[in-house]
Amino acid sequence: MNTDAGSVKLAIDHLSAYYGTVRGVEDVSLRIPPQQVTAIIGPSGCGKSTLIRCLNRLHETLPGARVEGQVLLDGENLYDLDPTLVRRRVGMVFQKPNPFATMSIYGNVSAPLRFNSRMPREEMDRIVVQSLKRAALWDEVRDRTDAPATSLSGGQQQRLCIARSLAADPEVLLMDEPCSALDPIATAKIEELIAQLKKDYTVVIVTHNMQQAARVADSTAFMYLGKLVEFGPTEQLFERPRERLTEAYITGRFG
Amino acid sequence: MSLGLHTRRRLFSHTMTLLSGLAVVVILVPLVAVIYEAAVQGSSAFSWTFLTQRPPIACTPHLGVSCALGGVYTPFEGTLILVGLASLVAIPIGIGAAIFTVEYAKERRIARVISTTADVLSGLPSILAGVFVFSLMFQYDKPLVYSTIAGSLALSVLMIPIVVRTCEEALRTVPESVREAALALGIPRWKIATRIVLVAALPGVVTGAMLSVARAAGESAPILLTIGDGCFHPLEGVTQQGCALALWIFIGATNNAYQNWDRLAWGAALLLILIILAISLTSRFSLNRLVRRMKGGP
Repeated sequence: MNTDAGSVKLAIDHLSAYYGTVRGVEDVSLRIPPQQVTAIIGPSGCGKSTLIRCLNRLHETLPGARVEGQVLLDGENLYDLDPTLVRRRVGMVFQKPNPFATMSIYGNVSAPLRFNSRMPREEMDRIVVQSLKRAALWDEVRDRTDAPATSLSGGQQQRLCIARSLAADPEVLLMDEPCSALDPIATAKIEELIAQLKKDYTVVIVTHNMQQAARVADSTAFMYLGKLVEFGPTEQLFERPRERLTEAYITGRFG
Repeated sequence: MSLGLHTRRRLFSHTMTLLSGLAVVVILVPLVAVIYEAAVQGSSAFSWTFLTQRPPIACTPHLGVSCALGGVYTPFEGTLILVGLASLVAIPIGIGAAIFTVEYAKERRIARVISTTADVLSGLPSILAGVFVFSLMFQYDKPLVYSTIAGSLALSVLMIPIVVRTCEEALRTVPESVREAALALGIPRWKIATRIVLVAALPGVVTGAMLSVARAAGESAPILLTIGDGCFHPLEGVTQQGCALALWIFIGATNNAYQNWDRLAWGAALLLILIILAISLTSRFSLNRLVRRMKGGP
């Protein structure tokens, strides 16, 4: 994998996203570096979730939704590929933990393996354990992987969802406010985990919590009213913002 | 004014309570009476051979000679085959249509068209289902005009809309977040529909399927028009004339001079009530389990 400083994992190019006639994202261009954490911040309704939902082609699954522009993954336009295959390369963790309630812990993590490929049971076991370990959940569930996923706490369920995404072996992991439904302790665990994950994955995290962006992200993008206002290294964006709008937001004057 | 306001209001309240109580009685009396009558009359036909013997020949008892009672083996077998075949046709089609409207067509017009059609069809007078299949067979395959297969087709016409509507409801109870989670893992849509959403909705789907089976088991008009009269010899296959409990009840009731037929018809009526009751109770039980699970219980 390419890791030099100037390289780009995801290149968002003049991207606009519509809900019917309403434009939720307006002409956003953004270069997301590999194996780093990129945060997207901004007030509610600024289009940050819509933007990342375009990166795994999930936005277009809503009735009436439409996307313009392109997103290059390692130079290949996602919108020229099969969306199902795109989603295997670009995983996603949602705001509210959404494990499959009808499946066990093992069943959840193995879901992408069982439904998308054929593999021997030992191989599947290995990937499930490895994914649970990477999601920092293995030690808590090793004795009860057959228990229903819903028997876990909210924070554990969210880490289960992360493990499930990792089992699909993605290159990019999108996280849509992954901690907003969690308490501070569970949040701290997920943030710790994000720092680990960037060694192997490109992470894009949407958050309305500026402290969280400051803690976990290498670069941060600020969006407002569907437009990208500013993008840069996290430290610079928070300490020396170039735009007055960014400064107004991070100092808490609106939003 | 001889009565105070308070007294008048109390009088009015008591009168209304009494009237609504009466309404309950009016509803319950026929229901209880029907079940009671069938239980009393029918249980006298129940015996060890009730389910194993075939209907007897017509017989009027005269001095010193008693008539063989026989049993409802043929009608019972016929009903099982009819409903079984109808289910084989109706349940997969109904589930398939529901998956199409809820998982694929979603808000497109075709989804509304299918749902509305199912609604209208579920109000179809059942005899029309019989007429429809009868004329279909008459036009295209005359030897099948009176046959078990024609009867099952008529029943499946009545079952499909029930399966479609209940299955749609069940699929809609599966939260959208489940589909999104699966989509985001790169699981193909048809697998999400059949192996994740349908599985999550299974208790509701099973309930719907069983309700449709109960409906089909109790239907008579479409059967009387389509299966012919095969109650007096062993059933010879689905392309031949068939028999059913509903048909036997009809035969017995319209020939009640033959005492053994009459009694056997009461027995068949009781058996039919018990079958439908059993199916309804089982489906109610699985519906309760579904609700409990939705609330996060076991």
